[in-house]
Amino acid sequence: MGKTIAERILSDSSGKDARAGDIVIAHVDLAFVQDGTGPLAQRQLAESGLKSLADPQRTVLFLDHAAPVPSKELANDHMTLRRFAIESGAVLSEVGEGVCHQLVAESYASPGQVIVGADSHTVTAGALGAFATGMGSTDVAVAMALGKTWFRVPESFKVTVSGVFPRGVYAKDLILHLIGVLGADGATYKSLEFGGETVDNMSMAQRFTIANMAVEAGAKVGLFPADEVTRRYLDSRGRGDSFRPVAPDADADYEKSCDIDAASLEPTVSMPHTVDNTTLASELKGVRLAQVVIGTCTNGRLEDIAVAADILKGRKRHPDTRLLVAPASRGVLQKAIEAGYVQTLLDAGATFLPPGCGPCVGVHQGVLGDGEACLSTANRNFKGRMGNPNGLIYLASPATAAASAIAGEITDPREFM
Amino acid sequence: MLKGKAFKFGDDISTDHICPGRYYHLRSDLPELAKHAMEDADTEFTCKVKAGDFIVAGSNFGLGSSREHAAVVIKMSGVSAVLAKSAARIFYRNAINVGLPLLICDTDRIGDGDELEIDFESSTVKDITTGDELRFGNFPDVMLRILEEGGLIPYIKRHGDFKT
Repeated sequence: MGKTIAERILSDSSGKDARAGDIVIAHVDLAFVQDGTGPLAQRQLAESGLKSLADPQRTVLFLDHAAPVPSKELANDHMTLRRFAIESGAVLSEVGEGVCHQLVAESYASPGQVIVGADSHTVTAGALGAFATGMGSTDVAVAMALGKTWFRVPESFKVTVSGVFPRGVYAKDLILHLIGVLGADGATYKSLEFGGETVDNMSMAQRFTIANMAVEAGAKVGLFPADEVTRRYLDSRGRGDSFRPVAPDADADYEKSCDIDAASLEPTVSMPHTVDNTTLASELKGVRLAQVVIGTCTNGRLEDIAVAADILKGRKRHPDTRLLVAPASRGVLQKAIEAGYVQTLLDAGATFLPPGCGPCVGVHQGVLGDGEACLSTANRNFKGRMGNPNGLIYLASPATAAASAIAGEITDPREFM
Repeated sequence: MLKGKAFKFGDDISTDHICPGRYYHLRSDLPELAKHAMEDADTEFTCKVKAGDFIVAGSNFGLGSSREHAAVVIKMSGVSAVLAKSAARIFYRNAINVGLPLLICDTDRIGDGDELEIDFESSTVKDITTGDELRFGNFPDVMLRILEEGGLIPYIKRHGDFKT
């Protein structure tokens, strides 16, 4: 019997014939924390008695969730991580560099690697064919010190996508649709492995969006094959030599198969307060929005900002709807400036936030008021997520976000295309 | 053997319900953070819960963020174990890593406020209020060993590495 991508990578990293259900000890190629989980990881490491990091250059501390800091407590947490970087030799990613998952994709993740991050959206790097998964602070602290961790090898679901996306429909609509079908716990502990002709032709930006949200169906990883698209992306980042092909065996064993026809999809929205509570954008006409957010590790890439700028060009945000844009990294912001997207969005009435997580986690930069509704390109809409349990969060693509910002209510983007 | 009262919750209780992001700045002050445990699921929870009590939830408990603080604040609130129909993957690992037992069983059979008794030897939950008895699923060996040591840090302090 052949192997899934998950079984293949965990076999290579553990030196064992890893099969679904096995427990393996795997070598970890990259371990990282962010400012919300890093201070606890640092304390746990100190408590553990483990003195040094297995590979300081492959250990990264990202200051992104509360950046720049909105309070003295968080300023002290940032100081803790800066001190830890100096003492341990770990790499520090400063305020303004961007969201950990975007920077991991740009600068660290490569096909076939095992990556653990103290952030649930670590799954994003699965788009590059890396077994990348989120864990808590203690698990990551131990992985940082030992250079390994234990895994239960996941069973896999094969998601095969065929057909061409219709106008106004994107990877975000596909993943929201899939989560709606599977349910928020439909893939708990599983590996979601994507393939099919539509996936073969997908850009890396689209793959990152899909892999990023695998965890919203409960999955441990969301894996894509590493192919020519992957190779070109790594080349463009000056990391072409880290490419190696990753693919499942033709006779790999999948627990379940899902087939999606991209041509049949429509602009999709997750309604409060769970990601699997999906409907079509056209069904929500009339839902007034106080705020629209474009950005985050799900949809803060250049391609996403380009889609939004295209729709908002020569138009204005609705006067009652605030429009916040947070590029996923400094590099994305620089390219968006060069391409003129920033000017277009500023002309349309957008407020730019520094590269980072923005208001997604409810820490700062766009907390909702009581009863306010927000449409965001982020990945979560749980009660209280954006800092107020009395706020309402809808999730959608950058195109739906841009169209909704113009109309001041949830809008099918095809009305403006 | 653990003994206490059941505090019942529904399905899909996320880490945002358990440990809201608006208290992000308290993450390095765990006693202060723990005062807000479960706040967005039940604003009165920390006033009502007593040492030894249980959280009894539906399916997919702890979905969402990897914040281990969610498991930590539940433990600090006095809860001695979480019972759920199913749990999200990262939360499950975090709970065991901080020494908080998370038991998977048919929680529909337990009522809010029921007095429960948990016996790890026989993997059973006894509902003293109703007389019902239910079994919970076994942990993988590696998790059981971590839980027996009281969490991953005590485990590593003792063994220095993962035992294979």
